[in-house]
Amino acid sequence: MDFNFTEEQEMVRDGLSRLVREQYDWETRRKAIASSEGWRPEVWAQLAELGILGMPFSEADGGFGGGAVDAMVIMQEFGKGLVVEPFVPTVVCAGGFLKHGGSAAQKEEHIGGIVAGSRVFAFAYAEPRGRFDYADLETTAKKDGSGWVLNGHKAVVIGAPWASHLIVTARTGGERRDRSGVSVFVVDKSSPGIVTRDYETVDGRRASEVYFENVSVPAEALIGAEGEGLALIELVTDEAIAALCAEACGAMKVAHAMTVEYSRQRKQFGVPIGSFQVLQHRMVDMYTAYEQAVSLTYLATLRLGSDETERKRTVSAAKVGVGQSARLIGQEAVQIHGGNGVTDEYAIGHYFKRLTIFDAEFGNVDHHMKRHVALA
Amino acid sequence: MNLEFTPEEQAFRDEVRAFIAENYPKHLADFGMREDMSPEDMVAWHKVLGEKGWSVPAWPVEYGGTGWTPTQRYIWSEENARINAFMPLPFGVAMVGPVIYTFGNEEQKAKHLPGIRSGDVWWCQGYSEPGAGSDLASLKTTAVRDGDHYVINGQKTWTTLAQHADWGFFLCRTDPTAKAQEGISFILVDMKTPGVEVKPIKLLDGGYEVNETWLTDVRVPVENLVGQENKGWTYAKFLLAHERSGIAGVARSKRGVEKLREIAANETMDGAPLIRDFDFARKVSQLEIDLAALEITELRTLAGEQAGKGPGPESSILKIKGTEIQQRLTELTLEAVGTYGAPYYGSIANDTGSNEYAVGPAHAQHAAATYFNMRKTSIYGGSNEIQRNIITKMILGL
Repeated sequence: MDFNFTEEQEMVRDGLSRLVREQYDWETRRKAIASSEGWRPEVWAQLAELGILGMPFSEADGGFGGGAVDAMVIMQEFGKGLVVEPFVPTVVCAGGFLKHGGSAAQKEEHIGGIVAGSRVFAFAYAEPRGRFDYADLETTAKKDGSGWVLNGHKAVVIGAPWASHLIVTARTGGERRDRSGVSVFVVDKSSPGIVTRDYETVDGRRASEVYFENVSVPAEALIGAEGEGLALIELVTDEAIAALCAEACGAMKVAHAMTVEYSRQRKQFGVPIGSFQVLQHRMVDMYTAYEQAVSLTYLATLRLGSDETERKRTVSAAKVGVGQSARLIGQEAVQIHGGNGVTDEYAIGHYFKRLTIFDAEFGNVDHHMKRHVALA
Repeated sequence: MNLEFTPEEQAFRDEVRAFIAENYPKHLADFGMREDMSPEDMVAWHKVLGEKGWSVPAWPVEYGGTGWTPTQRYIWSEENARINAFMPLPFGVAMVGPVIYTFGNEEQKAKHLPGIRSGDVWWCQGYSEPGAGSDLASLKTTAVRDGDHYVINGQKTWTTLAQHADWGFFLCRTDPTAKAQEGISFILVDMKTPGVEVKPIKLLDGGYEVNETWLTDVRVPVENLVGQENKGWTYAKFLLAHERSGIAGVARSKRGVEKLREIAANETMDGAPLIRDFDFARKVSQLEIDLAALEITELRTLAGEQAGKGPGPESSILKIKGTEIQQRLTELTLEAVGTYGAPYYGSIANDTGSNEYAVGPAHAQHAAATYFNMRKTSIYGGSNEIQRNIITKMILGL
């Protein structure tokens, strides 16, 4: 049993923590997310320089040989600062598909760019009516000579406005919701026939609706085996869930600390509200929920390499537990901040919003409770 | 014991339903509380009701009330909720109006009540201050007598929709030496008076619903004092009890549950309608059960009122349960829309410049904003923690 981090991981944490503190203060973040671009490519470049974008890739693939625990350390720090830059879509998702399913040529083409910060990805998997089911796809890829033609509509593709490339899931065979017949493609976002509609998300990020209208992609765009993509998608999204849980833990830690601090400062009836036992106990419950969430996040992260059933069960356990903690902590933080908690100006409400949207990403509490039950 | 409505009450329901169908502005049907509502939209129904004589149903008949029984008033609010009608804002009708006709003098009644009834005068409430939220009695805004004027100085906050207000009612400290609750007065202020400055606060949902209000050497004639000087706390408490009884929002939540069921019938999960998913359906049922309990609790309170008991500390139960239900309802609605809860529709509406949303189903558009907005309900009107304190003291006697 060892819950310590390596010296290297501590160094990564320190470096990132400093970057978030210095570059991601509240006012700077507000300006950045309100700007027309909505993110800061210069921060992305700094992350590349620090080696963060190459951390989870093997040295053979041009990375720094880190693993899931390194991604967890990184995401916790991102969560503390509500960092919007697309680490999960680019490094965890696209990187994951390339690592686990990519050909030598695909790795060669894309990983170097990801590590250097020059290639940004978004993961186009959700559809308007699919609701957390990766196989419930209306997007199709049809054989056309040696290549493929994509048609369909992908919903709320996080980070797509910033992306140069997309990872796209599509049905290449079988019936809707079949486990076979799902394939994964890597697509240049500037390909003819791709139309995007960009917008902000309520938690300060950017996303797009992405429409594919007879988009031709070459044979080399297919990642892994044709029609066998679902297992790969489940593996990569489980890794993404573990990363998002770590991010939520970072955000919860700050939201809780801010609430405790506020309760020390804010006076009502002549005393700090933190002296009221009813609020003390609720902040204790928040703290307990946070610690439980951290434990489930560790467990899921450490089990990502286990057999499929064990991996899915622990990841679902984490998504359920962290989702419940995120909801409790977000709501209580706002309530204890009173009116200030519902204003745009105070940071706490933005932590609450991120923790709210977290729940629906890659399946909400109910969805993962079902998966957990089914795997019992 | 009888929960059935009488034939007279049924006939009354038919009458109001017909009136609403014919007169409610068509373009506002099912509008709810939307960010893009104009001030004119917000008072449109109020003005129609003013002409009909139905804008202040709960007031005594001599001041323009309808003479409806509490049950009739309940039917009225249910019928409005059926189409999610935007009801007259409470600041005039439910708050300052009753204070004026109960504690004000004849001049004040003659001057202010007609504008409240007709919807021509927009009121706002100046109670909370940056340092005085739940501990309202610690407010610091002062009103100092200077000849036949009060000179008001201070800062109010959470002044709802004050950016459109013609008049405001303010709690001000008129005796700084008295104990916290004993030196406060209830003063009416024309919002166009020099020295009144209103600055909107952006909220989490992206909208502007509340304001910071600064009062700097605002000179107000002494005839704007309601009741007696330094007795304002009594009037404020009277008003808060009224505010709480309207806060349960049962009829509106019932419409909200219906809408939630519609949404969940249209969303799919594992290839079937979401509403057939047991976990989700169970949560909707739990909500309906709690709402049924609240509805009967409110009806019991109304019956008590009908028998001459004013809304007392029991109204704290309505506040706590009503707001918890509103919050759970909006939370479940956000959950129901799944992935399409994430887009910020404010940004999308702006960029198309039309009402045509190209992103996601129409029923998803306000789910997140409404959820974020409704977090206020357990904070305002005396936070739910304060309501529990009231029950502790006033009912349990602890």
